[in-house]
Amino acid sequence: MYTDPRVIDFVTRYFVPVRVHVKENAQAFGKLGDRFDAHWTPTILIVDGTGTERHRIEGFIPADDFLSQLALGVAKAAFARKDYAAAERLYRDVVDRFPSTDAAPEALYWNGVSRYRATNDPVALKDTGAAFLQRYQDSTWAKKASVWK
Amino acid sequence: MAKEIPWGRDFDAALTSAGDKLVLLDFSAAPM
Repeated sequence: MYTDPRVIDFVTRYFVPVRVHVKENAQAFGKLGDRFDAHWTPTILIVDGTGTERHRIEGFIPADDFLSQLALGVAKAAFARKDYAAAERLYRDVVDRFPSTDAAPEALYWNGVSRYRATNDPVALKDTGAAFLQRYQDSTWAKKASVWK
Repeated sequence: MAKEIPWGRDFDAALTSAGDKLVLLDFSAAPM
């Protein structure tokens, strides 16, 4: 995952990367593993400046999926700090750049929520519900958005 | 563009210095 130039570029741009090795950093692995309830590898956490976990990736996934999950995590962090305009844009980027990944329907859902939060306009949710009638119909996120009519 | 990810080892230091960035915390068993 980490040898893909796109991953390296994305990580360098958005993150301060820290690696805790299960054997070579066993003490830190135990301490941080307990703190974040992470007891398996690979487990990758996206943590904001308050020390709060905003997204978690468990197990190996191919580069495209990994990139989409990293981008999803960046969007979640923007949402968590109530920067809804940025979150809307970042979630939209996930859908546009990685439309075939598992992250895309989740991002589409939260793109609608972010737009609603930013505008307080229920049309944002209605539009998102309509979008799920056109794509990702079999996803859990389509079910969640099915009440937005 | 960097050719490899500049992994740090100190989570607390990363958190302190992150600024506008997020911390990517990788629990790994991969060869180092």
